[in-house]
Amino acid sequence: MLGPILETLIGGLMTGVLYALVALGFVLIFKASGVFNFAQGSMVLFAALSVARLSEVMPLIVAVLIAIVIMVALAYAIEFLVLRRLVNQEGIILFMATLGIAYFLEGFGEAVWGSDIYKINLGISKNPLFLFEGIFPGGLLIDREEIAAAVACAILVAGLAIFFQVTRVGRALRAVADDHQAAQSVGIPLNYIWLIVWAVSGIVAIAAGMVWGSKLGVQFSISLVALKALPVLILGGFTSIPGAIIGGLIIGAGEKLAEVLLSPMLVKWFDLAGGGIENWFAYVLALVFLLFRPQGLFGERIIERI
Amino acid sequence: MRAPAASDIAAGEVLLSLENVSLSFGGVRAIRDVSFDIKKGEVRAIIGPNGAGKTSMLNVINGFYQPQQGRITFKGRTRSTMRPYDAARGGIARTFQNVALFKGMSALDNIMAGRTLRMRRGLLWQLLRVGPALKEEIEHRERVEEIIDFLEIQAIRKVLVARLPYGLQKRVELGRALAMEPDLLLLDEPMAGMNLEEKEDMSRFIVDVNEHYGTTIALIEHDMGVVMDLSDRVVVLDHGVKIADATPDEVKRDQNVIDAYLGVAH
Ligand SMILES: Nc1ncnc2c1ncn2[C@@H]1O[C@H](COP(=O)(O)OP(=O)(O)OP(=O)(O)O)[C@@H](O)[C@H]1O
Ligand SMILES: [Mg+2]
Repeated sequence: MLGPILETLIGGLMTGVLYALVALGFVLIFKASGVFNFAQGSMVLFAALSVARLSEVMPLIVAVLIAIVIMVALAYAIEFLVLRRLVNQEGIILFMATLGIAYFLEGFGEAVWGSDIYKINLGISKNPLFLFEGIFPGGLLIDREEIAAAVACAILVAGLAIFFQVTRVGRALRAVADDHQAAQSVGIPLNYIWLIVWAVSGIVAIAAGMVWGSKLGVQFSISLVALKALPVLILGGFTSIPGAIIGGLIIGAGEKLAEVLLSPMLVKWFDLAGGGIENWFAYVLALVFLLFRPQGLFGERIIERI
Repeated sequence: MRAPAASDIAAGEVLLSLENVSLSFGGVRAIRDVSFDIKKGEVRAIIGPNGAGKTSMLNVINGFYQPQQGRITFKGRTRSTMRPYDAARGGIARTFQNVALFKGMSALDNIMAGRTLRMRRGLLWQLLRVGPALKEEIEHRERVEEIIDFLEIQAIRKVLVARLPYGLQKRVELGRALAMEPDLLLLDEPMAGMNLEEKEDMSRFIVDVNEHYGTTIALIEHDMGVVMDLSDRVVVLDHGVKIADATPDEVKRDQNVIDAYLGVAH
């Protein structure tokens, strides 16, 4: 019995790393501008499309490098064409702007890259690994791709955490998040900070897009991962980088365990058709948090109601 | 070309001048064809009834607002508009009418943020926290501690500013501006909402900064007593128009100014 549960837990944690990645992109932009970036999901889709289509005609590593250039250029365009003109506007106006960016990106991505389902091949063997065969009969079955993804994400997350916690950029970011005008008055270049967070969010989107894309194929539904990030943010707090990571892991593991452990019980006790807990578990958990701890596990402040 | 440092400009010479500045928001003409200058080392008051355009004037000076017309000359360099970053770089610091602090930080961190432009060491050094970067961090902390002593806020240095009473928040905000070691300090109603004792303290700080550090100050203030005591010259705005520009005593006797404050129709 323990073996399958552990397998479920590990699988869930791997998915959780992904949620964490997407949530991280949100947190960075929320910290820097106090705005919920509705376009994060579209950025993941756009990044995944770029990598998928480019890798058809060149080695994956080159495709990823070009995708990084594309996402940084995109960040620059968004800063220059949209954000710069909205300095000191209300949060709701910035939010509406990200809504526009989301739809533009989806349409633009389709126009440039096409609207079929594309593949990203990470070049990792699809044969699962079997671990701890001595302890569990048959061993624990683990996907190699998932391990690679988790390791890559962990490195990315650690790098970002150090970058933003320790460096001057991190301090400036906190200041900008608290008060745009005051930050500008002490000489923090707002535009530059925004460019950095959007570029970093774009790069995080590449990582998230590649992992999702290699699992499920690159298609429009990837942009919906943004919706899964929302409960993660509510759990972890909108402004906390560690919160995004731990929130992601809890939800990833929680929904898989609920599916495997809770589902059969519900079916037995209430004579239900069963299944599908995985789909709503995260949202119910988020609801509970909203009721009892609206600032999340690590959040600094209560989010504004829009 | 690098703008000359303020030290290149002798006390009494013009540090900043505004020529024919006009600013409007849609139909609202907040500033209409206003010209005046600020000389190095002086305390220059900007007064006027509510909505006269005083805050807008400061926002033009430090680049938050871009005037549609006019020219701004700061340290000998003329521009049609300022940018906030260039203003800060050039040595302009400010406080805000409605205290604008970094609410999630302590008083110390807020003041430390004022050192942003004076930190030079690159990212890598900071990561390592050794050698020159560590030395630099310590130097900045020392300067900040001096300011904290000067403003007599040692006791609250680690407190989150959101928890501080209003009067102390204004003091921390002044500290953040001072940490920039500015050549020109813009103060937007630094004593608004304070009791008499707090006002006296704040007046003392302003005089000290001006006299000991030679910092040039532009001061918006509604309390006439304070304006008379502190300032060398006064600009009076009313409905965006400059109606007087003279010494405090002259301004006090000016019929246009008296009418503006009494709300006489024009
Ligand atoms: N960002 C803005 N958008 C639209 N109108 C503005 C803006 N800023 C200022 N105004 C208008 O410009 C005029 C001057 O405002 P300003 O804040 O400069 O006055 P003030 O002299 O500082 O007044 P107070 O003593 O009340 O602070 C007012 O009519 C104000 O409504
Ligand atoms: Mg004002």
